[in-house]
Amino acid sequence: MIELEGITKAFGKKQVLRGVNLSVGRGQSLVVIGGSGTGKSVLLKCILGLIQPDDGVIRLDGQDVREAPRDAFLARFGMLFQGGALFDSLPVWQNVAFRLLRGSLKRPRTEAREIALEKLRRVGLGEEVLDLFPAELSGGMQKRVSLARAIAAEPEVIFFDEPTTGLDPIMAGVINQLIREIVTEMGATAITITHDMTSVRAIADQVAMLHDGRVQWAGSIAEMDTTSDPYVQQFIHGRAEGPIAALR
Amino acid sequence: MIAHALAALGRGALAALAGIGRIALYAGSGVAHLLRPPYYPREFLQALLQIGWLSLPVVGLTAVFTGAALALQIYAGSSRFSAESVVPSITAIGMVRELGPVLGGLMVAARVASSIAAEVGTMKVTEQIDALVTLSTHPMKYLTAPRLLAATLSVPILVGVGDIIGIMGGWMVGTGRLGFNSTTYLKNTWEYLEFWDVGSGLVKGAAFGFIIALMGCYYGMNSERGAQGVGRATKSAVVAASIAILAANYLLTEAFFSA
Ligand SMILES: Nc1ncnc2c1ncn2[C@@H]1O[C@H](COP(=O)(O)OP(=O)(O)OP(=O)(O)O)[C@@H](O)[C@H]1O
Ligand SMILES: [Mg+2]
Repeated sequence: MIELEGITKAFGKKQVLRGVNLSVGRGQSLVVIGGSGTGKSVLLKCILGLIQPDDGVIRLDGQDVREAPRDAFLARFGMLFQGGALFDSLPVWQNVAFRLLRGSLKRPRTEAREIALEKLRRVGLGEEVLDLFPAELSGGMQKRVSLARAIAAEPEVIFFDEPTTGLDPIMAGVINQLIREIVTEMGATAITITHDMTSVRAIADQVAMLHDGRVQWAGSIAEMDTTSDPYVQQFIHGRAEGPIAALR
Repeated sequence: MIAHALAALGRGALAALAGIGRIALYAGSGVAHLLRPPYYPREFLQALLQIGWLSLPVVGLTAVFTGAALALQIYAGSSRFSAESVVPSITAIGMVRELGPVLGGLMVAARVASSIAAEVGTMKVTEQIDALVTLSTHPMKYLTAPRLLAATLSVPILVGVGDIIGIMGGWMVGTGRLGFNSTTYLKNTWEYLEFWDVGSGLVKGAAFGFIIALMGCYYGMNSERGAQGVGRATKSAVVAASIAILAANYLLTEAFFSA
């Protein structure tokens, strides 16, 4: 469904992506792992067109995304940003229901509020947060509101940038399960970035490891445990010694 | 040495021209987005409240003190020619044609261009602008267009209110300190004021309002990363808006009155 071919991106002199090739099938859940600062977030933003890659092609259903009409393209996506990126001038429920209050998916405010509440319940939040402002929530609660916003309009493709960082282990488990459900029940396609190996195992059909601007290794979750690739081994076991330098 | 200095000067000039070009393109795109749907009435009303209503105290205070000082100065000048009776009309003309729009515009620039730049800049560095895009909402339409429209409509109204308050400031000094008769003062003000004196000032106000929102949005959208980036964007927005207001004021005055 999504294919990336030879994506490169540099910020000034700093070459972040050096030719990333990746593909995700419809209804699949891909998890991208890799050291901090290797360009995982940049990669997702490239797919969404928030950052223009220097080179390479991105295709959605075989069509080059640069040629697709932008509005129709974006309407198919949902994204959870690493930092949450909630609109701090709007209360929680209007954040979650943002898409449902304007544009082509617009519906009555009471109905949008109902849907917002339902999505918030799915991420373990209740009625009491509806009218709060994002600044009044804890970091982990903001993350979950942001997650609710990403799934609110039930997009076909959802990107999760570190959905469980900053959550307690139980809530992290709830979120992992939610992401898995969205893929299996709603048939959505998901790309998730995470550092948490429990999440990887709970969420992934496929795993890709980014290192040094390229996909160092890609395979299924079963293959990940048996591979002899020293980069993957070092990463999943969290060793300080190995081919990946600790100083980055 | 001199060649170096000239080269630096040339680079600076080129960069400034490129900047003006980018702002002009941004302005064009902002207007284009303003004209085409979707429209965001809620954001527009919010901007109207922020830019127009909440700026009233600042503009009113500026106007009252300016009008009062102006009456004193004109009295001092006109008494040299024993022509004190011109004080009401010259104060009013000076206020509505020049000082009302310019000082009002500068005060609104300080208040509004800064807050727009800080707000939009913060949205930019915390990825809220990116989030808007992924939620199928164009930042130009959602953030820039409503503010441009609100400022262009509300600053002339602020200027109009400022004109009245400024004239009242002159009247207070004229009757309280300079010994004018209240009725005569107001009558003289009204009789010698022409429609275009006021109208030109309001048109200036609309232009200044556009400039204020434009600079706030432009510098906010182009904010660099981090708190420092937002700080720089805010400062640049106020400086650019103030200078653009003064320059536009000169050009508009030439266009309106140099016949
Ligand atoms: N807008 C930008 N301007 C300049 N440099 C950037 C920009 N965005 C990202 N970078 C740089 O690109 C590199 C990769 O950033 P990215 O956010 O993709 O890392 P990441 O893999 O998501 O890391 P983490 O796991 O810590 O979130 C970093 O070195 C960062 O400094
Ligand atoms: Mg990241």
